[in-house]
Amino acid sequence: MLEKNEVHIVDYKFNILVWIDLLIFTMITIEIAQFDFQALTVMVALVIATLKTYLVGTYFMHLKFENRFLQTIVVGVGLLFIAVLMVLFTDFLYY
Amino acid sequence: MSSESVSQNHTAHFDAYGIKLGMWLFLFTEVLLFGGLFIVYATYRFLNPEAFHEGSSQLNLVVGAINTVFLLTSSLTVALSITALQKGDSKKAIDLIMITIVFAVAFMFNKYYEWTIKFEHGMFPGMDHYKELPPGEAQFFNLYFLMTGLHAVHVIVGAILLLIVAWFIKKGSVNQQRIVYLENAGLYWHLVDVIWIYLFPLFYLII
Repeated sequence: MLEKNEVHIVDYKFNILVWIDLLIFTMITIEIAQFDFQALTVMVALVIATLKTYLVGTYFMHLKFENRFLQTIVVGVGLLFIAVLMVLFTDFLYY
Repeated sequence: MSSESVSQNHTAHFDAYGIKLGMWLFLFTEVLLFGGLFIVYATYRFLNPEAFHEGSSQLNLVVGAINTVFLLTSSLTVALSITALQKGDSKKAIDLIMITIVFAVAFMFNKYYEWTIKFEHGMFPGMDHYKELPPGEAQFFNLYFLMTGLHAVHVIVGAILLLIVAWFIKKGSVNQQRIVYLENAGLYWHLVDVIWIYLFPLFYLII
């Protein structure tokens, strides 16, 4: 009856692959900053940063292997925050 | 069997999931803290686009980019350290934490370098040159010092937490079975990394 929490081990190699992805995204952010997207400039930077956050959260923070409840509240808080930002940016667009 | 269950009595009350859930709830409050500041930043930037462009161009992109790489790499070494301890290799786990600390110190050294140059130019709230800044640019630098300063405090706290956990791994009280303290320190460190992932483009990159 001993219920052992199953431990999922993220391999060394896989962690390094995630890190390489993060570095590539960083290069893309720096490159893309040369273009002016007007009102959307902040938005574009935030979208790339959010992709990086997704990688860090899913693999480095092991969210992919956590239980459904923890995943749900983290995604919920994330979506709530994104919703607040969307409202803010809509406000800017029709200022 | 019964002797086994007695020896496991201690671990039976060890609620690793609860400990981790508590850490996540704390991280949400951190998101609120920085999230509010990001909203302030976005609003002022919208109201003063030229001033923010001017302010941003006065920051050293190379130092910011190097610090981004430092933090991303330190996040990797923390993740690797957790993998090592999961596999039972506590020596490797401690070594990887120490590499993380080295990156944290390097990050703070860069920060020190950046801020010192700003101080030398009288560019800190209350200094001579700062008072002459146009209002929008002053807002940019207020937010720059507040947000990167608050982030730097988190880097220091995260590094201390990791050092404490490394000490406990050495003592043996944090081990393959009781890994959650390392995981929690790691979660905090990754959050520090994530915050910088947003700070870097917002302050150094946006034209």
